[in-house]
Amino acid sequence: MKKTNMIQVENLTKKFGDFTAVDAISFEVKKGEIFGFLGANGAGKTTAIKMLIGISTPTSGKATVAGFDVYTQPNEIKKNIGYMSQKFALYDDLTVKENITFFGGIYGLSRKQIKEKRCQLVEELGLQEVTNELVKSLPLGWKQKLAFSVALLHNPKIIFLDEPTGGVDPITRRQFWEMIYKTAHNGTTVFVTTHYMDEAEYCDRVSIMVDGKIEALDTPKKMKEHFKVDTMNDVFLKLARE
Amino acid sequence: MDITLKHISKSYGTLKALDNISLDVKKGELFGLIGPDGAGKTTLFRILTTLLIADQGEATVAGYDVVNNYIDIRNHVGYMPGKFSLYQDLTIEENLEFFATIFNTTVEENYDLIKDIYVQIEPFKNRRAGKLSGGMKQKLALCCALIHKPKVLFLDEPTTGVDPVSRKEFWEMLKRLQEKEITILVSTPYMDEATLCDRIALIQNGKILKIDSPTKIIANYSKKIYNVSSNNMYELILCLNQYPNKYSVYPFGEFVHYTDQQDNFNTQDLYECLENKNLKNITIQKTQTTIEDVFMDLAK
Repeated sequence: MKKTNMIQVENLTKKFGDFTAVDAISFEVKKGEIFGFLGANGAGKTTAIKMLIGISTPTSGKATVAGFDVYTQPNEIKKNIGYMSQKFALYDDLTVKENITFFGGIYGLSRKQIKEKRCQLVEELGLQEVTNELVKSLPLGWKQKLAFSVALLHNPKIIFLDEPTGGVDPITRRQFWEMIYKTAHNGTTVFVTTHYMDEAEYCDRVSIMVDGKIEALDTPKKMKEHFKVDTMNDVFLKLARE
Repeated sequence: MDITLKHISKSYGTLKALDNISLDVKKGELFGLIGPDGAGKTTLFRILTTLLIADQGEATVAGYDVVNNYIDIRNHVGYMPGKFSLYQDLTIEENLEFFATIFNTTVEENYDLIKDIYVQIEPFKNRRAGKLSGGMKQKLALCCALIHKPKVLFLDEPTTGVDPVSRKEFWEMLKRLQEKEITILVSTPYMDEATLCDRIALIQNGKILKIDSPTKIIANYSKKIYNVSSNNMYELILCLNQYPNKYSVYPFGEFVHYTDQQDNFNTQDLYECLENKNLKNITIQKTQTTIEDVFMDLAK
């Protein structure tokens, strides 16, 4: 069975005046794939993602996300994706229950659906004791897992994760990756941006952006073989120094 | 000893940030505090730099007591906090001059100490700190923390959020500073940086799990770790978790790190079990222990 492409990008370009932030990048991401999008600070990652999630119009090139065109259907894209970032994910001053209800409402779920989802999610994550606690009182690892589940409330086709496990303790980090594997296994495409190279090792395929261009795209295993090194960190060092 | 801590504890309300911490850092040592966010690393730095008073215990830095001789400590240590601490509206040059003046010295007087690092950012010396890239900010912050020639240098997560190239350069700089007999206490959540330190303390939830050199920590770990892979990572993790006698199962990049409870563990039995669950392209191979493996076992 041929897997459908959830993200299809062709010569996508974004210019700010004379500066080309994203320079004719092309790639595709399949359904259920865990795709790592890597690059140094200033390589153009954020600009590229803003175009993919429908909040910035490209200068030229083509891109469809979840089957929708980034130029003409940005709002459809927003309804069909989830987004979670290390910096912002949940409201600290709302309780666990309030956060779930709030985001469920934003995504247009009915009261009944929100209640069902909330019960399911609280049980899966073992949060029964803390549903009425403020999110800011939770340990970081719990917050991250809750944020991930909340970003999946509306069953998006693609979830975008921005440095999802940076700074998290090693055991919780594994639990988090197990959740990601499960999500991908169930058919959701996972798009991870990070400059933590050890996070890159978990992805099915990764792309590395340097100065607005995609300089490498392959499985972590093949990339390491190609550059004859043991870690993605060393792959990155080789690419960035050339 | 340039840093000593004896039974240091600190709580914020009901949260125990540090719980009975004791450790020593030798003169000229590059000592790493390795642990995730919330482990207590920053609290420890703030106590040692005299910005916070511990609830219990004693500590000295460069021979001075952190409570009674706090002024002496402030004159003899350099501190690079986790969050960028420079003046965003001052240029590179102005920031450096400002810190030199505060410590009653001049940039010229200790220039040899920062020269290697400063030449890399000097071409941009008229640029405001707020407009610098992450790697450049980090280099400037290090110069400012060094300009008064401190005996002890405290670096709180200097490489967090910095790309791998800058991270590598930063560690090379620390190695060169060490040759100049500066004692360095550095914290990091990146487990792979542990091996770059002389000795490390693994820390989580305010408690120290282990103190030793990275090579000894790895050499003293007795369990055998196996790299397991297959065509389906999700199913593989489920199967391994159900395997009788499993001790731990942790995803580790393209592999799963598996350890067994039994000394006579046979990889062939596991192979057949996975094969019977319809997994394909199965590989099972003994692998090197990493600091992260030890950390997870201790924190289990």
